Amino acid sequence: MITVSGISKSFKVAKRSSGVRSAVKSLFRREYTEVAALSDISFSIEPGEIVGYIGPNGAGKSTTIKVISGILVPDSGTCKIMGYTPWLDRVAYVKNIGVVFGQRSQLWWDVPVIDSFDLLRDIYDVPEAEYQSNLKLLTETLDLEDIIRTPVRQLSLGQRMRCEIAASLLHSPSILFLDEPTIGLDAVSKIAVRQFITRINQEKGVTIILTTHDMNDIEALAQRIILIGKGSLLYDGDIHALRDRYVNAFPSESTPSIEEIIVRMYEEYQIT
Amino acid sequence: MVFEAFYSQTSVTPTISLQQLITYVWLQQAFLSFIMLWFRDNELFQLITSGNIAYEMCRPTGIYGFWYAKLLAQRISSAVLRCAPILVVAVFLPQPYRLSLPSDLATATLFVIALLLGLLILVSISMLIYISTFVTMSAAGSLLMFGVIGEFLAGMVIPIPLMPDWLQSIVNVLPFRLTADFPFRVYSGHIPAREALELIPIQLVWLFALLLIGKFAMGKALRRVVIQGG
Repeated sequence: MITVSGISKSFKVAKRSSGVRSAVKSLFRREYTEVAALSDISFSIEPGEIVGYIGPNGAGKSTTIKVISGILVPDSGTCKIMGYTPWLDRVAYVKNIGVVFGQRSQLWWDVPVIDSFDLLRDIYDVPEAEYQSNLKLLTETLDLEDIIRTPVRQLSLGQRMRCEIAASLLHSPSILFLDEPTIGLDAVSKIAVRQFITRINQEKGVTIILTTHDMNDIEALAQRIILIGKGSLLYDGDIHALRDRYVNAFPSESTPSIEEIIVRMYEEYQIT
Repeated sequence: MVFEAFYSQTSVTPTISLQQLITYVWLQQAFLSFIMLWFRDNELFQLITSGNIAYEMCRPTGIYGFWYAKLLAQRISSAVLRCAPILVVAVFLPQPYRLSLPSDLATATLFVIALLLGLLILVSISMLIYISTFVTMSAAGSLLMFGVIGEFLAGMVIPIPLMPDWLQSIVNVLPFRLTADFPFRVYSGHIPAREALELIPIQLVWLFALLLIGKFAMGKALRRVVIQGG
């Protein structure tokens, strides 16, 4: 369903030291350093999978999500998702995906949530019957009944995030990209979001790629993880196999938590 | 009014009558949001500079068309709100400040066509401002430049018929005057119907050219866009 092969992307980062003098100097001559955000990333994902995409800060997780959702054009490499190349067939392709960037908002700030939903329905051309049934399902499972008529600016982070997730599923996409969907959420909202993710995966067969720093999210949701660090792919496989592999490395009797295992992995790959 | 004093003192026959000039100024005021380049959508600038354009790019629509429609809608809605009260007041003011009605139906029709085409041209120009933000990351510079130069060239500061000849010949080859000056002079009858019919195809040519440039530049900008953070 998703095949990514050999994706690379590097950014130019402008560097200058502080102060007025170097600011003026940088007007005329700027020094850039090349930062390789992704180098030669390949993986493939089958329909109906939930994949946890993890790595330390700055590893290139969000960059990957942006490339496979058609926003960034990579320097090299190919990517086929449902027969489309995301950055070439963007308009046709994005009809089939839903994206949530945990740090940004796709809802219109000043209007009630339901107005944003209606607008998205028109943008995606969702048939009315399908829209109503999706909306009903989403309001029930994400518990949006009370907040759907409130302007977005008056919602708490957790409420907003539930609406964001609902917004990205109104057009029944078959792939969902979640970039840190549980960032800043309290325990109750987190569990609600996790249960919901599991549910749409099981009931509707939505393929999900999830990036997060919360290893409990990964453990609760994903059967498979992909680990990247400094732009390269380091591990791709079953999460339990990973546990078995590292369990002997811990001298203590108790079973190590997934968090400890990940820290151990980061150390082994020297990416912290 | 300054223009009135200017007219009563002049010894040579002016190129545009006071009556026509008054109409010109009133129409400028009524359709301000149709013709002002600095009339802008901060939301779009924020989308670009904050990187929230990421979400726009996840929508199954061409961004150029999407934003074009958005800007057009904004201008029309604010013009509708603004023009009614101004036109009512202007029609009932005592002479010589009254807004005169167009001389015949043909002039009125040509005015409407020219105004709408002018609006489309203006939105295409303003799209270029937004696209330039992809490169500069700040709206202030291009907005100021386009705003000041564009407005002057569109006859918003001094009506074009009052400009010196050499300046008029420069202004006439640029698209800016087609957005504001041209439709208003059609209304006041300063540009006769036959000449207007010749200029409307030129409006169409400019519109087409600006759309092509905009689409091309947008395509370029989106290919090299870098969304930071997150």
